[in-house]
Amino acid sequence: MIELKDIEKTYEGPDGDVVALKGINLTIESGEIYGIIGLSGAGKSTLIRCINMLERPTKGSVIIDGEDMTSLDAKALRDARKNIGMIFQHFNLLSSATVYDNVAFPLRLSNTPESEIKERVEPLLELVNLKDKAHQYPSQLSGGQKQRVGIARALASNPKILLSDEATSALDPQTTKAILSLILDINKKLGITVVVITHEMQVIKDICDKVAVIENGVISEKGRVLDVFTNPQQAITKEFISAIMPNELPREFSGKTISKEPVPGAELLVNITFIGDTADEPVISNLIKDFPIDVSILYGNIDHIKDTPFGRLLIGMTGDISAIGDALAYLRSKNLRIEVIGYAS
Amino acid sequence: MPADLMDLIIKALGETIRMVVCSMIAATVIGIPLGVLLVTTAKHGITECLPINRILASIVNALRSVPFIILMVAIIPLTRAIVGTSIGTTAAMVPLTLASIPFIGRQVETSLKEVPYGIVEAALAMGATPLQIIRHVYLPEAMPSIVAQLTTVVIALVGESAMAGAIGGGGLGDLAIRYGYQRFRPEVMIATIIVLIVLVQLIQFAGNKLSKHLNKK
Repeated sequence: MIELKDIEKTYEGPDGDVVALKGINLTIESGEIYGIIGLSGAGKSTLIRCINMLERPTKGSVIIDGEDMTSLDAKALRDARKNIGMIFQHFNLLSSATVYDNVAFPLRLSNTPESEIKERVEPLLELVNLKDKAHQYPSQLSGGQKQRVGIARALASNPKILLSDEATSALDPQTTKAILSLILDINKKLGITVVVITHEMQVIKDICDKVAVIENGVISEKGRVLDVFTNPQQAITKEFISAIMPNELPREFSGKTISKEPVPGAELLVNITFIGDTADEPVISNLIKDFPIDVSILYGNIDHIKDTPFGRLLIGMTGDISAIGDALAYLRSKNLRIEVIGYAS
Repeated sequence: MPADLMDLIIKALGETIRMVVCSMIAATVIGIPLGVLLVTTAKHGITECLPINRILASIVNALRSVPFIILMVAIIPLTRAIVGTSIGTTAAMVPLTLASIPFIGRQVETSLKEVPYGIVEAALAMGATPLQIIRHVYLPEAMPSIVAQLTTVVIALVGESAMAGAIGGGGLGDLAIRYGYQRFRPEVMIATIIVLIVLVQLIQFAGNKLSKHLNKK
């Protein structure tokens, strides 16, 4: 378990102090994939570096499995770091060493015998599917392959935690998908705790269990990815989500006025979100049968948040105002997330 | 070419090579650690220590500001203390080494600064000690560049060794001055220049080859 308590980080800048983090509190449970999302300059890179003390917090404590990282001396910190693997946006491989030697590097730092290194490195290369590239140099590899080497290297010392600093940001979408599924796979197989820093909501949606949104050095929202996705509270969170799940009304509504108050003859627009396998009741069908209203489906899609399917449906209801009210009350009584957009006329 | 000229050139070439090789080895042994310290003790370096950094930088600058011919004469007492004499090829090696140390220090510093900090950071994240980072990250990653820089230093040493004649060090430069210039034997001058050109070409060629061989980027 990683506990960040009241983390503050201040840099000395040419024009006075720059506050990068102000009072961060975060608990990351063992075995989960925790995403931290923010725009560039929000402080997310500083935050992840506070976990392994590449950046020393100005205030606060970082407690990993009961041990306060901020209180360790140089030697103890080096030992603690061997339990934390890290991967980077620009891979940071040794250009002068082969793939094999790059993966062996952390083991050589601990003076592991060569025979043991071989036993450890070969299965890792197999895990990341690079066995045939063992004797090539990083410059001969593609971006995705370089990141696989980075992942194998990060896992070499058998760490309990993997820190991922924008690991897919320099990769194309297909490669990103492959690397993300590798991280997910490793998390499931090895039970390793993963902390992911990213500016892409897609990464959070694909692999994370929990998410924290960081803005100007403060965590503005955090929770289970499913909850944050289906019920975002902060403007910044909504913005991140809308980047991958457009939440705009169909074009034909662009010229219409949307009113929150009932307007006679207007169409009530409602966003319905189904999460998991909650579709045990034919909600839409009942809506049409049981209420004297017309229902039109304006938009719909099905997506996945990690392994949980979730569907979204934008419907328009027309008819008598009181009947629409009853229909809305029926929808709200179901185990669905309902967002009323307004009456369009 | 007259036989005496041939003998003179071979002897002078031998002296030049001896001065350059010995000074280069001695200067590299001290200059590389100096360059490493200039980088690691600098601000945000892996063993940041600004007072040491400033002292080293001042010594380097001071040594580099003295013209070689003056340095050679100025440190005669030191030369005598180290090699027991202030005249001859061996004596010339002391100022040649001393002049090359700060040069190599700066060149190595430049090479090490080119190593992306991300790689150093990755090694820190793995729990590497500063010494391990120097040995396994800084030096191997910068080696192609260091070799290229050291090639420049060797060539500069060939040039500086020409001034060794001033303290009886001998060598090709001395031969060119004494026979070619002072005794009016232009053929000696021309022959020496040709040998020097070939020598420098060979050094540069070997340096390029080695640097390229080491570069896996």
